[in-house]
Amino acid sequence: MSDIAIEHVRKVYPGGVEVIPDLSLSIAAGELCVLVGPSGCGKSTLLRMVAGLETVTGGEIRIGGRRVNELEPVERDISMVFQNYALYPHMTVYDNMAYGLRNRGEPKDRIDAAVRDAAQTLGLSDFLDRKPRQLSGGQRQRVAMGRAIVRDPTAFLFDEPLSNLDAKLRVKTRVEIRALQQRLGTTSIYVTHDQLEAMTLADKLVIMNAGRIEQAGPPLEIYENPATTFVAGFIGSPPMNVLPGTATGEGVMLETGHVLSPDRPAIGPVTIGIRPEHLVPTPSGPLPLKVQVVERLGATANVHGVLKGTGTELVASVTGPDIPKPGDTLPLAPHPGALHFFSTETGQRLG
Amino acid sequence: MRAKRVTFRHRWLPYALIAPQILITIVFFLWPASQAIYQSLLRQDAFGLRTEFVGLKNFARLFADPRYLDSFITTIVFSTLVTALSMLIALVLAVMADRVLRGALTYRTLLIWPYAVAPAVAGVLWWFLFNPTIGIIAYALDGLGYDWSHYVSGTDAMALIVIAAAWRQVSYNFLFFLAGLQAIPRSLTEAAAIDGAGPVKRFLTIQLPLLSPTVFFLLVVNLVYAFFETFGVVHATTSGGPGNATNILVYKVWRDAFEGLNLGSSAAQSVVLMVIVIALTAIQFRYIERRVEY
Repeated sequence: MSDIAIEHVRKVYPGGVEVIPDLSLSIAAGELCVLVGPSGCGKSTLLRMVAGLETVTGGEIRIGGRRVNELEPVERDISMVFQNYALYPHMTVYDNMAYGLRNRGEPKDRIDAAVRDAAQTLGLSDFLDRKPRQLSGGQRQRVAMGRAIVRDPTAFLFDEPLSNLDAKLRVKTRVEIRALQQRLGTTSIYVTHDQLEAMTLADKLVIMNAGRIEQAGPPLEIYENPATTFVAGFIGSPPMNVLPGTATGEGVMLETGHVLSPDRPAIGPVTIGIRPEHLVPTPSGPLPLKVQVVERLGATANVHGVLKGTGTELVASVTGPDIPKPGDTLPLAPHPGALHFFSTETGQRLG
Repeated sequence: MRAKRVTFRHRWLPYALIAPQILITIVFFLWPASQAIYQSLLRQDAFGLRTEFVGLKNFARLFADPRYLDSFITTIVFSTLVTALSMLIALVLAVMADRVLRGALTYRTLLIWPYAVAPAVAGVLWWFLFNPTIGIIAYALDGLGYDWSHYVSGTDAMALIVIAAAWRQVSYNFLFFLAGLQAIPRSLTEAAAIDGAGPVKRFLTIQLPLLSPTVFFLLVVNLVYAFFETFGVVHATTSGGPGNATNILVYKVWRDAFEGLNLGSSAAQSVVLMVIVIALTAIQFRYIERRVEY
């Protein structure tokens, strides 16, 4: 078990494209840290720098207190699960898992024990003689996992390992990965663009945007207190509603003229964030929603529409028997104390 | 996999469309090939005045002729060397080109150029470079204390035609190797790097096995090339000499017919070569479809 420290790391690709300007992050031993963000935000680049597959332009990466910037991937004692699994197609499942151990020159019986043990854990014992092309997507994913755990590394790196699986298998495998990681207690970095995966897996959630960290912390804390409008819009499904408003000193006035939450200093324009589940249908509520699309999910329904009289889009998660129809007007009121305020200028959280 | 079927409205249209190809095959392949087979069963005097049917006697005499068997061995040595040399050099170049990021296109284009050079021209080019009197390489070798002369030494002559024949083929092999290497997902070599394999080990255990279909394909293509398409190289450089040191089968066919004027024997040799090329092609079709190994 060892911690990973990333200090003032910078990445510039040949040709001058700066992907990561200056990023610091520390991951405690045994923690599962999820990097999440839109494509091109630098999360994969960061992971690959930790793995040693990309050079580090500036700053320092330490694994277990040891500077690894100049070390070859193999010397870093990490293992990685790739998005396309990167299984060696000409080798059997057994050989795929044994490859790393053989390269390390481990004795044959030790390799055999380790491979069979990992196969047992992952339910692959019956497939050891198969070639990867004879396996299903989920089985291939397991082999990739097996190849990672068999070497008993100090850290696991996952690069979107579930994105090639179908939705059902993704949920199942997600739970398995979590259970496995907790049992082994190996420090892990997990890259994904799926916010649900990020929320459910992470001990520590890191939201990245344009090569910077927008916010890092326990998932629920981030969910409850998003630091920026970017985070607010990224975490949660459906994402948080963002409305323009004006803080007047007596309250925050909406475009519609309604006034919310009467305790804001008068600082002018602000951005209001309200989660869809915090909007409750209330007769004569301050937010009249002109319903356009209704997605029924069973227990709840996502009601999409615009704020009446404006072009501001709004989503509410509604439960109960009275589900509105497109064309209806649904008056909504926010849960008391469930409003988030951000600076319109910088996007930063206020208060 | 099933090919898409096209239905023609007129019965004659499909035949009309393949007619040019069929015609070319008949005129330039089937006709001369049947002529060769027919000729191989005849014996003709040097002036073409008398022709007699001798059955398989031409073949019997051929296989009893130690010079023919020598030529066979010469050809096998030559083909093996050309194939090995051109494939090895091409593989090394392809592995290096695969790593080049900047200027990759220029690098590739330059490496492909030699393929556009006709074999005879390639022969003349190397003949000049190795010419004992005026050749720059011969001069350089002399400086190193090696007295190069492909006019006297059979080994030197063989080396010359091997180099001249292989040089051109390097380009062709390079293209296939590079395409093969680039078809291997980068994450495979990255995974191998994380699994603790150094560059050489990665190449031997990951890239080369995945390249095996390409290697096999090129092996056959290069053997066919060395066996049958190298007449120009030999003719422009050593003319089969000194002695018979570089008298490979295709060259011997020509020499026996047009210098020795022994048409029957030459035709019989052509037929033997034809059998070899058919066998090689059959092997290729039989195995290349199975994609070898994985």
